[in-house]
Amino acid sequence: MALTADGGNRLVELLTGHGERVVQRWTEVVAASLRGRLSLAELRLQVQELHASMINAGGAGLADLQVPAAGELRAVLADLSRSRARQSFTATETAVSIYALKDVLVELAETDGAELSLRDVVDFTGLVDRMGLLTFETYVQTREGLIADQAEQLLELSTPVVKIWDGVVAVPLVGTLDSARAQVVMERLLQTLVDTGSPYAIIDITGVPAVDTQVAQHILKTVVAARLMGADCIISGIRPQIAQTIVALGIEFGDIATKASLADALRHVLRLTGVEASRRHPRREA
Amino acid sequence: MTAGVDLGGPQTQAIGSDEDVVRVRQLVRTVAVAVKLSLVDQTKLVTAASELARNTLIYGGGGTAEVTVVEDGRRRGVRIVFADSGPGIVDLGLALTDGYTTGGGLGLGLSGSRRLVDDFDIQTAPGEGTRITITKWSR
Repeated sequence: MALTADGGNRLVELLTGHGERVVQRWTEVVAASLRGRLSLAELRLQVQELHASMINAGGAGLADLQVPAAGELRAVLADLSRSRARQSFTATETAVSIYALKDVLVELAETDGAELSLRDVVDFTGLVDRMGLLTFETYVQTREGLIADQAEQLLELSTPVVKIWDGVVAVPLVGTLDSARAQVVMERLLQTLVDTGSPYAIIDITGVPAVDTQVAQHILKTVVAARLMGADCIISGIRPQIAQTIVALGIEFGDIATKASLADALRHVLRLTGVEASRRHPRREA
Repeated sequence: MTAGVDLGGPQTQAIGSDEDVVRVRQLVRTVAVAVKLSLVDQTKLVTAASELARNTLIYGGGGTAEVTVVEDGRRRGVRIVFADSGPGIVDLGLALTDGYTTGGGLGLGLSGSRRLVDDFDIQTAPGEGTRITITKWSR
């Protein structure tokens, strides 16, 4: 049986009548569960806010958390949950902040002689459970948001385009090249080509663990796009096992220059541009 | 400490998203390293697994990959079964032709993976899904 509006009203009366004591005990129980990771003053503010919003929701609001009357309470719960998630509290530690209210209500009944029927106790704890679930949902949403943000940051981080010589830019690819990353790489590369006016780009795949047809297709598309903009692409970092796999798969790189290492690719470009890149002879032992 | 890769039982990975294709690749690489395939063979097997897992996802609408360590007395190998209950392949000969694609890829995934592994078996019929079994033996 869910909480009725009448039951809700009785709970509001209880919370109003024993206001100070509820806030006090509620804060203490939560503080014990968080082991000093939040200051008492801060906790007390949060609990006061929760307490006030529960009273404001009124009997009807508490009976059904989805009605407009309970809007403020929902917002407070979501807010609390978000701040807990951001501060790296666990889901349990977040939910306990709400579930602590059960202990407080039982204490009220036992020591302060608040008149509660068994029905009331069951209904009230049911309400607290639903409030806890609300915080849990927000908690998960917040965490998912954080993960999505981090994935996006990773996408940004992992695709630098670096200028390694006058008119030569290099893209060191690391990790899995899926469609989303390939798109970012292509955009970055083409933009850098425009910004720097570089006629040569080197795509280094030393850090790509496996080159399958999808990865190859992404690379080929990037090379063709760069060509359309008047830049020549060289693919470097092709290790022996990758070379054999590409041959067996039957991927053709056509007339695109490929080199074993980034150094080879740079030397190739410098030769094309007429810069003398001589190997320095090791110093002779005296 | 956990025992690492259990070489005994088969390990199954569901394929339902791009991330799962990456997981299949990682699982296959771990098992391939554990049975001591050479670096070239590891890379070939992982690449083939990547192709077939993506086919399972794109053309089969998702499915599973089951990775097993097999032994034939002399040598050990890795067997992977990709199964989906998608539309199946109507013309297998055409699908195995280099450069043929219905999905905008290079058209080398299926035919290329056959060249990357030692044993390649495909069971399919229109409307009955596709089941591809590949094996790579250590040398």
